[in-house]
Amino acid sequence: MTSVLYDAPGPKARRRSLIASLVTGAVLLAALGWVVATLAGEGLFDAERWDIFQDPLVWLGLWERGLLVTLQVAALASVLAVLLGSVFAVLRLSSVAAIRIPVTIVLEFFRGMPVLLMMFFILILFSTSQYWAVVLGLTVYNGAIIGEALRSGIVALPKGQREAGLALGLTPLKARLLIEFPQAFRAMTPIIVAQLVVLLKDSSLGYIVGLRELVREQRLQAEFFGFSQYGFSFFVITLGMFLVVNLTLSWFARRLASRSPGGRRSRRAARAAIGENADTTVIATRGATVGEAGWSDGGGADPH
Amino acid sequence: MQFLIESGDVLLEGFLGTLRMLALTFVLAVPLGIVLAGMRISPVPSLRWVAAGFTELLRNTPLTLVFFLLVFVVPRLGVVVDFQVSAIVALTLYTAPFYAEAIRSGINSVPVGQAEAARSLGMTFTQTARFVVLPQAVRSVIPPLINVTIALTKNTSVAGGFFIVELFASSRTLANAYADQTIAIFLAVALCYLAVTIPLGRIADRLEKKVAVLR
Repeated sequence: MTSVLYDAPGPKARRRSLIASLVTGAVLLAALGWVVATLAGEGLFDAERWDIFQDPLVWLGLWERGLLVTLQVAALASVLAVLLGSVFAVLRLSSVAAIRIPVTIVLEFFRGMPVLLMMFFILILFSTSQYWAVVLGLTVYNGAIIGEALRSGIVALPKGQREAGLALGLTPLKARLLIEFPQAFRAMTPIIVAQLVVLLKDSSLGYIVGLRELVREQRLQAEFFGFSQYGFSFFVITLGMFLVVNLTLSWFARRLASRSPGGRRSRRAARAAIGENADTTVIATRGATVGEAGWSDGGGADPH
Repeated sequence: MQFLIESGDVLLEGFLGTLRMLALTFVLAVPLGIVLAGMRISPVPSLRWVAAGFTELLRNTPLTLVFFLLVFVVPRLGVVVDFQVSAIVALTLYTAPFYAEAIRSGINSVPVGQAEAARSLGMTFTQTARFVVLPQAVRSVIPPLINVTIALTKNTSVAGGFFIVELFASSRTLANAYADQTIAIFLAVALCYLAVTIPLGRIADRLEKKVAVLR
């Protein structure tokens, strides 16, 4: 990897860099070793803390009442959020003020408060099940964010697109739905997918409102078998499960972004959306994927 | 009337808790983010890898799990601290990589020609970064930094699920105490969050437009 920020390292710099790398490596190894030794000292790697994972029923529970529920909630909320986001985007750009203004206010309201708060109040206001509280909370919150992304995607399109549609005799609504919306949706796909990764992560908030999903299931099991003995093991396994699912999805989002059609323009539109977007992961993923002038990571399409 | 007076106190306490957590996390996470961003653009490969690994790991872990680790698991390992401290550590660890990415994308937004010109004048990495790239990057870094802060504000609510007194926890207490007033409570708590997030968003938008014109 080369960078404009510094020359290709010569022998001396390479040696220094190697030394620095070795020192960092040594420090890291030492730190890691210390952590492992401490954990081992507490007996965390003893067989008795891990023996229950030989029992297929434990895994079956983690899968059926845990990961599967998490994935289901996230999948359902994803579909609903994309639909809701599309509706929000079109309504927010309506030329009728009586539609546009209330929708704008509602969107600001939904985007500015925590998803957790929304889940909790859906739960008590509508006395739904925890399952639907989580699904609907995620839907409304992410729908508002996706709606904003789609809106800025539509705004970023060249004016001629809409004008051409109108000149052909399409009604304004038809021009929006048939000409502008599909283009904006394509340009914003990477952002939407990145937001769906956030949605999946946020589904674990169900733990706090009492939904039995992966985090709660592992806790219930750990407590059933004895938290002081198995708490750590269950945590490690759960973390591993989340990482596998999320890293796969993030990788997929990144791949989509690097293949996104339309090149520069849609990427600029995507970037414009980041500014509007109040969610961290979207920004962070954008930073890594759509840096136009990126030099530090070769455009950063792959931040590994 | 009774309701208004009593809930006002609980709400205020919660709001102050949220603001305190927000401020402390901000103060800790931004420097950590700067260090991480610096590591990711540095010429030393091992530093880049460590920072990238940390970022990937934290970015793909749900915040609930980070809290779970610090509040339930770490104390079992003999490190017992106040829940307040655990919460701030959890939020800092989770947020710092996002700050780092915001800073890095700001650095990436400075046109390559700027760095090339500086390099061709014979400036070193440190000089290029310090005198040419970073001063320009700061401008475009601020809006994304604000956006991360907005997300942090919303994320502080997760702490409410882990025994910390803040807005979300207050809303739960109130909703239990006054079951007939849930809509009012919901609106009041939501407005407290919006009082922080909406002004921040406005500032970010305005700065963004300014930066866009300058470029």
